[in-house]
Amino acid sequence: MSELTSSIAPPYPTVSEKLKFYGVWVATGLFLLALPKVFGSSGALTMFSLIGISIIFSLSYNILLGQTGMLSFGHAVYYGLGGFLVIHAINIVSANKLPFPLPVIPLVGGFTGLFFAAIIGWVSTKRSGTAFAMISLGVAELVASSALILRTFFGGEAGITANRTKLMRVFDWNFGPQIQIYYLVAAWTLIAVVAMYALTRTPLGRMCNAVRDNPERVRFVGYDPHVVRYLAFCFAGFFAGIAGALAAINFEIANSAYLGAVQSGTVLFSTYIGGVGYFIGPIVGAIFVTVLSLNLSDLTSVWQLYFGLFFISVVTFAPGGITGLLMMHRPLIRGGTLGKVLPYYAIALIPALALMAGLVLAIETIVHYMVSPGDDPNVKAFGMSFNAASPVTWLVALFLIAAGFVAARKTWSRLARTWDDALAAARDRGYHA
Amino acid sequence: VLELIVISTLNGILFGMLLFLMASGLTLIFSMLGVLNFAHASFYMLGAFFGFQISRWTGFWPALFIAPVLAGALGAAVERFGLRRVHRNGHVAELLFTFGLAYVIEEIVQIIWGKSPVDFRIPPSLDFPAFTIFSTNYPAYKMFMLLVSIVIFVGLLAVLKKTRIGLIVQAALTHPHMVGHLGHNVERIFMLVFGVGTALAAVAGVIAGPALVTQSNMAALLGPILFVVVVVGGLGSLPGAFIASLLIGLIQTFAVSMNGSLAGAFGPLSPAYSHTWLADIWDVTVAQIAPIMPYVLLVLILIFRPMGLLGTRET
Repeated sequence: MSELTSSIAPPYPTVSEKLKFYGVWVATGLFLLALPKVFGSSGALTMFSLIGISIIFSLSYNILLGQTGMLSFGHAVYYGLGGFLVIHAINIVSANKLPFPLPVIPLVGGFTGLFFAAIIGWVSTKRSGTAFAMISLGVAELVASSALILRTFFGGEAGITANRTKLMRVFDWNFGPQIQIYYLVAAWTLIAVVAMYALTRTPLGRMCNAVRDNPERVRFVGYDPHVVRYLAFCFAGFFAGIAGALAAINFEIANSAYLGAVQSGTVLFSTYIGGVGYFIGPIVGAIFVTVLSLNLSDLTSVWQLYFGLFFISVVTFAPGGITGLLMMHRPLIRGGTLGKVLPYYAIALIPALALMAGLVLAIETIVHYMVSPGDDPNVKAFGMSFNAASPVTWLVALFLIAAGFVAARKTWSRLARTWDDALAAARDRGYHA
Repeated sequence: VLELIVISTLNGILFGMLLFLMASGLTLIFSMLGVLNFAHASFYMLGAFFGFQISRWTGFWPALFIAPVLAGALGAAVERFGLRRVHRNGHVAELLFTFGLAYVIEEIVQIIWGKSPVDFRIPPSLDFPAFTIFSTNYPAYKMFMLLVSIVIFVGLLAVLKKTRIGLIVQAALTHPHMVGHLGHNVERIFMLVFGVGTALAAVAGVIAGPALVTQSNMAALLGPILFVVVVVGGLGSLPGAFIASLLIGLIQTFAVSMNGSLAGAFGPLSPAYSHTWLADIWDVTVAQIAPIMPYVLLVLILIFRPMGLLGTRET
């Protein structure tokens, strides 16, 4: 047996590989420390905090979707319950002057998430696939509706509030200013990311992947897929609870929106858009979606529509998400054949951009006539100004859509052919991934 | 009490039949494509809004036919140009595609018709009490809704069991490749089933629109209940969906009409606890927890019969 394991075990990492591995984490830590020195405005700090929370939440979601292959429509339940318990915990701790500082409070949220995931998960992970997705949706509705009934605990529609500054101090920080909250969130983000990365390297993490890919074979090997799914679900609940706790600390409030379908949908969007196939995917997605949702509303009034359309196009054309798209290029870069493809990218980009511009023009014009036909027809969206009432705008939009569509089809299929050639060439040189 | 039971039973069956109108299409689509159409309730909403808009131009009766046809055509187009493309990306991508579609449809409906309810009224020719039981007037429109859903139910059953098309569809559910080898265009059958399924949901939308509230959140409100129906009935089982629809319809309408609470049964809580969370549980009435009843049923079914009532398949 020992002979077998030693022959299968990967070679012991060399010193340089180890340095590279730990160097990445240390560099990330230093980067997080230095970030407020560069962007110190309170708006930027709030955004960084929200991104950190979203990263933990999305990564916890990817334990389910990416690692174990479980599509959940109700992950916000554990996030929200974590948030609520943390607000209650802060109130109890500060009322009784208990010796717990704020930095350890997120653990309360984590264990809340773990507790409820342990209860709910046993039933819902009995099924996988579509049934699991529907069950998670039903459970989410159940919890969200119950939260509105149990008014004393959940505070009804208004929610419950707490004052985070009244707790025991550490290093003389009262966690009132946003910069201190930023460092709290950043520290927890780093801890949670390291922990979740470590989880993917454990035997349990590997079994999760096996359950995702072939549950039947897992059963042959002697594992119970239900138990593996259940354990993954519990870990996901734990980290979602920590994310919810940090959100509650950041806003000093928890309300029923934390538990709701919108929150569950947002984490699904950011995880999938980022890419579920790689560990870094949800991090990319969390940054992307948070920045987008904070800034897109300034550019256009119907940003949710664009967001939904963007999600649909990611699902249709790039099921690997943003990271999937980027990682596709790895064999080309390493094989040195990327240069052949780049000119075709430049050519294909022009009609695609024209098509998008035409669609935006058309959507904004239609929206103008649907929402506020009486208003000033000079519309401004995405930095473009145009007159929604003039036929020139309509013609330009129609032309851009039609010509862009035809040209995009041609140029993209040419790009695809060149791409295949480049990939084949890279494979010939021995670079497969 | 007898009055309450009769009225609630009628309303329950009515709600159940409406649910089944949608659940039947959803189940058929699931059995065929292996995809649960997350946007199914959105087509119900589209049906209601199309019905509202068309009935303003042409009156209610043409709208009852035109709106479902439009929604069905839209559904078929979604299958042809959307889902079929996404199919090669796997089941999760397909489900997420319909999820994104539901999101987009809700946004579009909000842009066109706004967020507040629209004034979709019962047609005057049906706006009278059908009969009076125990001093309660039962509206004729509700009887009409019941009639339409039963007619469609019987029609669907007849088409599936008795006609050639129905036989081909049934065969394509289980053996799509064999049906393809026999010379039928399986892809077109899939598109047809998707279109008909969404059209059925739209019919439910048109007839339910005037009786319930036609608003941009109606899909989000009804969608989860619809999925509870198909999971409780057993995924892919048409008879199961029928039983589950009626069951949930009856449970919900009976719960709404009941006013009992723990406080009513065991007397009020002692004042010492009146401001704790226990008071919430103690004082809540059955009517107030009616919205969560379907989900409680879902959890119970999962514990005792994970396949669903008449389900056979594991996933």
